[in-house]
Amino acid sequence: MEVASLYSEQFMDHVAHPDYKYELEDATHVHDGVNPSCGDELRLAIRLNDSGRIEEASYTGHGCAVSMASADMMSDLMVGKTPQEALALCDLFKGMITGSEKDEARLAQLDEAALLKDVSHMPARVKCAELAWRTLAEMLKDEGDSGATTTE
Amino acid sequence: MTMDSSLTQAQLASIRASALKADFPLLLAHPELAFLDSAATAQRPAAVLDAQRHFYETMNANPLRGLYKLSTEATQAIAEARAHIARFISALDDAGNPQQDAIVFTRNASEALNLLSHTLSHLVELGPGDEVVISVMEHHSNLIPWQQVCTLTGADLVYLRPNTDYCITQEEIERKIGPKAKIVSVTHVSNVLGVENDVAAIAARAHDMGALCVVDGAQSVPHIHVDVRALGCDFLVFSGHKLGGPLGIGVLWGKPDLLDAMPPFLTGGEMIDLVTETGAVWSQVPQKFEAGTQDAAGIYATDAALTYIERLGMQAVEERERLLSIYLCERLREQPQIAIIGPKEGERHISSISFDVEGVHPHDVASILDMHDVCIRAGHHCAQPLLTYLGWHSTCRASVAFYNDAGDIDRLIDGLNQVWRIFHGSR
Repeated sequence: MEVASLYSEQFMDHVAHPDYKYELEDATHVHDGVNPSCGDELRLAIRLNDSGRIEEASYTGHGCAVSMASADMMSDLMVGKTPQEALALCDLFKGMITGSEKDEARLAQLDEAALLKDVSHMPARVKCAELAWRTLAEMLKDEGDSGATTTE
Repeated sequence: MTMDSSLTQAQLASIRASALKADFPLLLAHPELAFLDSAATAQRPAAVLDAQRHFYETMNANPLRGLYKLSTEATQAIAEARAHIARFISALDDAGNPQQDAIVFTRNASEALNLLSHTLSHLVELGPGDEVVISVMEHHSNLIPWQQVCTLTGADLVYLRPNTDYCITQEEIERKIGPKAKIVSVTHVSNVLGVENDVAAIAARAHDMGALCVVDGAQSVPHIHVDVRALGCDFLVFSGHKLGGPLGIGVLWGKPDLLDAMPPFLTGGEMIDLVTETGAVWSQVPQKFEAGTQDAAGIYATDAALTYIERLGMQAVEERERLLSIYLCERLREQPQIAIIGPKEGERHISSISFDVEGVHPHDVASILDMHDVCIRAGHHCAQPLLTYLGWHSTCRASVAFYNDAGDIDRLIDGLNQVWRIFHGSR
């Protein structure tokens, strides 16, 4: 079944050995996201450089493997992107996990995060997978206003 | 598979397989499924599905309204279901006859509890200085209606809390239910912990203090014989779908004199005797509480669900579920990575057992079990205050019904070992 491939070794590596789970010292933007009923809590931070690109992204918090691995993959993907590019990727990701975007070539832009494609068969887990991405989108739309995002 | 079970070989043999699965079309069509979420909703036997269809094919008409034979038959079917339910919960008058007019149909147990919170707050004229007592174990359906009523009336909401052994003690009952208490509403069996509360003691204390006592039987009526006279409560609510009936039928039983004194909850068609431009005269109980067209087919099929359970025998159902609960608890206890949240003794669990897999979020546990066709519930189980009180955010919950067998439980354990391998490598 599809769920088996979701918890792949590559996916689990992001859970067991996250690359971007730390506090970002000189963040320019910080935003919180929560899934109250799941208990997923995420604080996302990015640093925009002078040329307006995301130089670094990181997160702290806790939650299920899907929400945490998703945040790790997203943080990796966003390095070097402009806010507009980042927002477009957030839309693409949402399309993938809700099943409306199936174009493999387009989904390739999500790099490793395309591993989460199987969430489209697991409606109960969509809000776990999208937490980091929605938090980033809210952050970029709010332009640095340190609010909170909930996917519920 | 089993190591040191307290069950005898004969008991283990009796739960090894389940011939009853053949009575359930969904389980028959999906032999690969280990359905361990009956606390959320039970599977339905063919007898219930047949009854629903039989109603529509042979007696479909709007009950209570028509003056023709079909409608009369539908009305009769509802009346018989009321009497059957009354007998099922031993709601009998002094002459031993079922109190069929004390059975009110709602959409679900939640609606029945909303009906009670609204009407009882008027009946007892709830206000500042009064107390409503519930337990911290309540499902949100027996918590939020009282929270709302207390907010509206200024009454205080008081919580009975279990001790470290998950028991609401007599001492706690006497401490929390005092002379200010006007309404006490408690769950008979916790949908998270599976423990049975001593509702007879709670009802007795409530009455000593002059309070009314409501019992939420959603998790008890499907699994143990519930006798409202023995409990001594004033009201009992439960839902048909947890005992094999169709979705959409809730049941409220109340003491007839109290139901008579209570104002209506929902108003409209079929709950009145007389309507003028400026007022209305309410019907007698139970019609007073049943505005609008009832789900007569669902009620008829709920009646069939009770008949099915009675054919098995409630005692046999209880004994089989007791053995299954013990087996489930013992198998979970064998796993070092699993912590049971609730009593460690299988005998103390009525169907439901909550647990945690060390370091793995319950939603991940449930998703991986799902890929092994094992169905459990994961989350806060609509009992967030209880989980907060116990220091958890969410748990995994497995719940058994008489149609389960030890094989379903073994499948759960195999799946849990797979969860562990995915998250922590091989054991």
